[in-house]
Order: sequence, then structure tokens, then C-alpha cells
Amino acid sequence: MNWEQIIVNALEASVGLQAVVFALAAIGLNVHFGYTGLLNFGQSAFLAVAAYGLAVMVSTFGLSFWVGILVGLVGAVILALLLGVPTLRLRADYLAIVTIAAAEIVRLIARSVTFADTFGGSDGRQAFAGGFYDLNPYPEGSYNIGSFGFGERAMWILTVGWTLVALSCLIVFLLMRSPWGRVLKAIREDEDAVRSLGKNVYSYKMQSLIIGGVLGSLGGFVYALGQASIQPDIFGTETTFYVYTVLILGGAARVASPVVGAMIFWVVLSLTDNILNQAIDAGYISTSIITNSQVGQVRFMLVGLALMLLMIFRPQGIFGDRKEIALDAR
Amino acid sequence: MPADQPATATKAPTGSRSGQREAAAAALRDVPHEPGAPKPDPILVADEVIRQFGGLTAVDVAHIEIQRGAITALIGPNGAGKTTFFNLLTGFDQPDKGTWSFNGRALSGVAAHRVARLGMVRTFQLTKALSRLSVIENMRLGATGQRGENVFRALFKSIWGTQEREITERADDLLARFKLDSKRGDFAGSLSGGQRKLLEMARALMVAPEMVMLDEPMAGVNPALTQSLLGHVKDLREDGMTVLFVEHDMDMVRDISDWVIVMAQGKVIAEGPPDAVMGDQRVIDAYLGQHHDAALTEEEEQQVLADAEVALEQERAETEEHNQ
Repeated sequence: MNWEQIIVNALEASVGLQAVVFALAAIGLNVHFGYTGLLNFGQSAFLAVAAYGLAVMVSTFGLSFWVGILVGLVGAVILALLLGVPTLRLRADYLAIVTIAAAEIVRLIARSVTFADTFGGSDGRQAFAGGFYDLNPYPEGSYNIGSFGFGERAMWILTVGWTLVALSCLIVFLLMRSPWGRVLKAIREDEDAVRSLGKNVYSYKMQSLIIGGVLGSLGGFVYALGQASIQPDIFGTETTFYVYTVLILGGAARVASPVVGAMIFWVVLSLTDNILNQAIDAGYISTSIITNSQVGQVRFMLVGLALMLLMIFRPQGIFGDRKEIALDAR
Repeated sequence: MPADQPATATKAPTGSRSGQREAAAAALRDVPHEPGAPKPDPILVADEVIRQFGGLTAVDVAHIEIQRGAITALIGPNGAGKTTFFNLLTGFDQPDKGTWSFNGRALSGVAAHRVARLGMVRTFQLTKALSRLSVIENMRLGATGQRGENVFRALFKSIWGTQEREITERADDLLARFKLDSKRGDFAGSLSGGQRKLLEMARALMVAPEMVMLDEPMAGVNPALTQSLLGHVKDLREDGMTVLFVEHDMDMVRDISDWVIVMAQGKVIAEGPPDAVMGDQRVIDAYLGQHHDAALTEEEEQQVLADAEVALEQERAETEEHNQ
């Protein structure tokens, strides 16, 4: 077994494109779920709206990269308003139902035959990332430390991606230490109490939905640009559930937890994938038990197992405070 | 007038101060003891408030006035509609019909958070401490007009830092008065039931209300804390606030209230000072049923006895017949 390869792959996964995308999506979801207690099960829709906003503006309508970004951001705000107006006055579980349905609607519209000329059907859109890579300051070549490293395109998107992650974390930190953040956390605990103290709960929940949605949509841009290609089925419900996994791994309502959660999530996937594949190749695991083609599924089972163990032995996540969790049991 | 008294936020409860109590008693002396009686200086006036749940009329209040600067108790048997009426007045529920005004401002259809900002703040029967916020954060949340509660200004601590310090000072004063200062940094969820009641009341005071509505402030409170809670409620009156509270504990009602309003089956059935109300036949009927204590006359008693004799005799005869 080639342990060097396994470790290099794991390191690359820890800072790679997927980690950035899921970190951004989870930072947004943390504002919704971790701080405000909004059960948003449609986070993938915010990623989809941003990715398609950019891709469609550039590849279908031939507009500039910046117009695409603007349309994506405005799209995320509009989606938040559409989700929030009918549901935020109702009980929390209605938001869960509506958001999961809305995310599917977005995905199904994007892959529909009717709009195939605009959204590209199930093939999605390609050739829209040129404007972004024209801005690339890294000269052509590969940037390696030993065998760990990336090409100039990956370097550029990862630089932008991690900068966005850092900025998003900073914004969440600044907001959550303020009186505004205090109102959000109070709404999570009991919105009637907050109402009785003279705060407009509906308005705060809407602001939270918009801010979390826009932060999540940054993940959509990074994904689209990093892959230089998007397909609708990337933005299915399982993406939302992975984002929840990332958030719970790190521990909800902590600024850095989505980032660390995303890194761990992708490192664990990379490690299990590589170790299992190599063990099968080397004959340590008989193909009568698992074949290489089954590894992709098995690794998610292992992530599920890891999550179960985490919930049993460390229910507060990596950064959480166990005392807080104990309060819920009262 | 009571409301003109300066607020003294840091005084410890003493129970010996009684200036406002006498003032309230004097103001209410000439008020007739009948449902819907007009008060000399009402802060809250409600008319024809009706709330139905399907076929059930939970609240049907024709007219009610609450005297400014007094402690008014709202009592009544379970299901009388007291909490529903509270919810309607504070905007947490909408009535099918009715108008009410606070300080002369119409409140029908006004959202709950606006009602609170206007100076009418409530607490809840099931205490709503914000468990995973610390005690001091619970308190700070209560302050109104915070600059840092706007999302854009929230980003810059320089804009709201000074105000936050002032709020924290005020919160610390109140915590000291309610003897919660030792719990300052603890999660509110770790407090005992009575301490949560205290915290909820202190937090409501952070809003700087004119009128405080307490929904069963004594429910689930350890008797050792009862006296201190009573003292705090009396202090609200001394500080010039108006108090309306729902309560089942009659000793408490008798001890602290200046005026009592009795509800039964959604309607106001009696009003008056505590002692007068508790002897009122309508009130006793509402609580205990209409014929609970109607004594039997001697003739009726004889008749009942005779009937019983006959029934016994008959039974005995039947058994003998059966045995033969």
C-alpha cells in the first residue's frame, strides 16, 4: 500500500475545492440552523441559484463574469425572500418542509427539457469560467511541496475560495458577538420571549435567512468556477445533508466549526476511499467482500458510522460546549 | 399621580414602603364593586373583546378598565379565559372582535413586539428563560432601542460598544436587586424554576415598561422564594408601574393586590378590592359550583331519611323472598 499517496490525497482533500464549497455552504447554514434555529433543508438551492446564475449569464447570454456573480447573489436573496415570506410566520417545521421542496423545484427546473436551451437540461452548463481564470495571477505551472500541491488553476480558485471562507467567518464572528447576533440566538431559544421584549422576530428571521443564503451561495460560485462545469444533480438533497453533517461534525453555533467540519468530512472520505481501494488492490480485502466499484458507497457508510459515534460520545460536535447540550435535556 | 414617581431601579425589596399602596387604595375607594366599573385613571381600557375557538367562546369581555399605578389581580377558575385574555391584550393572539387601548392608544391588531415597545410587557405562565444564553445576555436582550440590533451597525463594535456598557450596567443593577448577580455568567437553563421566574421579571424590567403583565408569577416557585417574589411585585408598584397579574394563589392575591377582577367562562363576573371580592357570592359560585353549600332544611332531611328507610325495608324483604 502506498501510504505516501494516501496521505497526500488526504491533505489535498483537506484544503481542496470540495472542502471550500462545503465550508461556505455550512457557514451559511450555521447562521440559519446553528444561530437562529431555522431548519433549512434546502441549502443546496442557494448553491444552485448562485452557480446557475453565473453559468447561465455567461454561457447562455454571453454576459460578463461580474454580471453573472451579481445575478447569482441577487438570485440567492430572492430565493430567501420567496422561502421566508410564506413560512417564517409559521412553526419551524414548516420551513423544513418548504425548503426541501423548494430545493427540489430549483433542481428540477434546471434539469427540465422545457428550459434546456437556457439551463442546459441534465448536462448543465460549461464554458463560463474563462472570465474568472483570465484574472489568474499565478503563472502556468504546478505549485508543489513534495508531491502535495496544485496546478495554477486550482491555486487560483483555492486562493479565492479560502479568502471567501475567511471573510465569511469574520462576518459571522462580528455579527454574532453583537446585539444583533444576540437576538438571533434568543430566537433560537424561544421566539415568543423575544417578541415579548419588543423585537420584530419575523424581520430578524428573514435577515438571517438572507445572510445565511448569500454566504451559502458563495459555495455555489466556488464550485461552479472550480469545476468550470455544472450539472443540476449536484444540487440534490444529499448535498444539503452533507452540509448538515459537516456542521454537526464541527458543532453548531461556533464560528470556525463549519470550516473544520468540512475539512474533516473530506479528509475522512479521502482516507476511507484510498485505503479501501488500495487494500483491495493489494489483496488485503477479498473482492468477494467489496469490489473497487463499491468503495464509493462504503465510504459514506463509514462516514455515517463516524457520525453516529460522534453523536454518542461527543454530541456537542468538535467545538461545542457539552454543558449547552445538557441543558436541552432539562 | 403614581406614574409621576421617579423610578428607583436599585432599591432592595423591603415590603415596608407603602406609599403607592395607599395612593392606589385611595384612588379606588369610590369605584363601584361591579364588573366593568370605570376607574378614575385607567391605563388600559378594553371593550367587547371576543375570542372564539371553534364553538367555544374563550373570552367575552364587555368592558374592563385597569387603574394606573395599582396592582390588579385577574383571578378565576381554570378555563376562565384569563391567559387567553392576556394573549389578546399583548398581541400574542388576535380576537374575533373588540377594541382596547393602552394609554389612550388603540392596540387592536398591533403586533406583539410593538405592544412591548409601547410599554406593556408580559411574562409567561411557562417561564421562558432563554436557556443557552447566559443570565446577563438574557438581561441585555431586554433593552430597547439598541443600535447594535441593526445588522449593518452590528458589524462595528465602535457604534454600539458604549451603549452596550450602559445596558450592562443597568442589567447588573437589576440582577443585584433580584439577587441573581451570583448567577451572572451561568446559562439561564441551569437556574431553578423560581430563579427563572425572577430572571423573567428582571428581563421584562429591562424594557422599561409602564405596565407589567405577569402570568402566574408564583406557579412552580419554591415557597422560600415566594416572599421575595411578592416583594418584587410590590416594588414594581412603588416604582410607579402598573401591574396586572393572573394568579391562583389566593393568599398572594389578598396580600398584594389593590383590586381584583374575577373571570369565569370568558366573562368578567365580579370586581372589587380583595376582601370584598372573596366574599362575593358570584365568585364563590364560580369557583365551587352553584349549590355546593345550600344547606338542607330539617323537613328535607326527614324526607331523605324516610326515603332511605323505605328503600332499605324493600331490599330486606326482597332478599328474604329470594332465600325462601
